[in-house]
Amino acid sequence: MTTATIENVPAYRSRPFAWVQQSLTLAWRNIVRIRQNPEALADVTFQPIIFLTLFLFVFGGAISTSGGWRGYLPFLLPGLLVQTVVFSTMGTGVGLNDDFAKGVFDRFRSLPIARISPLIGAVLGDAVRYMLSIVILMATGFALGFRFDNGVGYGLLGLVIVLGFALSMCWIWVWLGLTMKTAQGVQGIAFLVMFPLTFGSNIFAPTSTMPGFLQEFAKYSPIPYLVNLERALMGGGPIQKPLLVTLAWMVGLVAVFAPLAIRAYRRRT
Amino acid sequence: MTTSNQVAIEAVGLVKKYGNTTALAGVDLTVPTGTVLGVLGPNGAGKTTAVRILGTLLRPDAGHATVGGYDVVREAAKVRSIIGLTGQYASVDEDMSGRRNLVMIGRLLGMSRADSRSKAAQLLDRFELTDAGDRIAKTYSGGMRRRLDLAASLVGNPSILYLDEPTTGLDPHARNGVWETIRDLVLDGTTVLLTTQYLEEADALADSLMVFDKGRVVASGRPAELKAQAGKQTLDVRPAEPAHLERVAAIVAEAVGVRPSVDVVNALVSAPVTDGTSLPVVVRRLDEAGIAVTELALRLPSLDEVFLALTGHAAEERPVDILEGVGR
Repeated sequence: MTTATIENVPAYRSRPFAWVQQSLTLAWRNIVRIRQNPEALADVTFQPIIFLTLFLFVFGGAISTSGGWRGYLPFLLPGLLVQTVVFSTMGTGVGLNDDFAKGVFDRFRSLPIARISPLIGAVLGDAVRYMLSIVILMATGFALGFRFDNGVGYGLLGLVIVLGFALSMCWIWVWLGLTMKTAQGVQGIAFLVMFPLTFGSNIFAPTSTMPGFLQEFAKYSPIPYLVNLERALMGGGPIQKPLLVTLAWMVGLVAVFAPLAIRAYRRRT
Repeated sequence: MTTSNQVAIEAVGLVKKYGNTTALAGVDLTVPTGTVLGVLGPNGAGKTTAVRILGTLLRPDAGHATVGGYDVVREAAKVRSIIGLTGQYASVDEDMSGRRNLVMIGRLLGMSRADSRSKAAQLLDRFELTDAGDRIAKTYSGGMRRRLDLAASLVGNPSILYLDEPTTGLDPHARNGVWETIRDLVLDGTTVLLTTQYLEEADALADSLMVFDKGRVVASGRPAELKAQAGKQTLDVRPAEPAHLERVAAIVAEAVGVRPSVDVVNALVSAPVTDGTSLPVVVRRLDEAGIAVTELALRLPSLDEVFLALTGHAAEERPVDILEGVGR
């Protein structure tokens, strides 16, 4: 097709899978933005390194029954992997809210493209951020002596599952990012939810050491199941139950929050 | 391909409410194909709400509108394929380069990668942004940013364009450049709806003008008609010596034939005039009386005065006076 013919052909063409290409284009946009704003990556680059070293050396000696921090690492790292990824999902909501505030989403909404594309594009683009945080955390862990004791295959499966969980959970933040007025508001709510969810779990210490109400709370949270699954995949242990519960949560999160997010996107003005 | 009696944009009885606030209280408007409609109004008058409805970003609570013959609610996708939005209606991404913004829009519109790139290069060239094309948009000057906004809205070759205060904050050179571009687009048959704060801009570009106030259209017509409705020109004389105010007032009264208003605080004598013919008379009399003046000016009605005349209350935003004539 030459430039001359584009001039005369209306840009809008109804193609059955146009939304796929549109979503990929918008995911590309998010990746370009990351490259142009590397400082915005602090939460997925330095934070995992700092969290791992801090928690490992501060709590390692106290919590681990044998071997000090070296004994704590195989317990902590799979848990911290879950925490890191769960925390990085909220960036998706903050970023979307920002796009809305700046009027960039109005540009997308005024174009003849599928309604869902900007949301899928945002989520896919952020998958790159999640992957980055996973890679950096694991690299730090390996440098400190962590190994996939249950085999590399299961270890990698664990990484894929945690990424999948992040991609399911981020729909909560997509929804909140589209519903709330300011990015600060999204961040405030996110921290309010994230801290009890991650610290009130078995990420740092076994829940059996905690008071009854916290154990009850942990029973109804997906985090302990995902953490147990990751520990089992990376270090050995029963897989089936935590895997089924985790997958059920992933399906549930998408089934509930993706439609809510799409509805909020349609209504937001 | 355009015939003058075709209608590009038509709205009937548009109503939009936010809670208890009525943003639009029944707006009708018609824009013939290939013409420019200027929309004037203070902040909160409903201009943006109206454009957002016509741009499919907002659904009206009542009334209906068609753009290019398509209903903005039921045939929103078709409307989107023929319109272009700029400025606060639809922003570019400030964290990406100008070129990438344009390529992204091309790709979203279904162009191939090569077509998107050549279209982006063509638009950057047209808007003299080629050198800045690879810098992120955040670093652009006000004028460059407006040109990029305009370029972004033109990727899909829209036949109907919504412009949001296209020259607010621009220096005269940049402003003339934007005006030239808009005129070129209109020559090519593009229909333009533009909001503006400047009567001068409306004069320069718009075929017809609408004044919004509190969600209603309070006046419409050609720019010249509105200005005539808004009132006549004003003659301002400010004597160097405040003690001369009374004598100046007498001279002006005699030359103009109307008793002028005397602003003692600002030492200013003002009188409404129909044209500039009384100005030489005033100059001659002042000279004969040996009265020095620091200001002697013939003013067109400012936006403030237009609003005052048309709506009965002042515009909320601080308008920029349009000064013409002598004595500046």
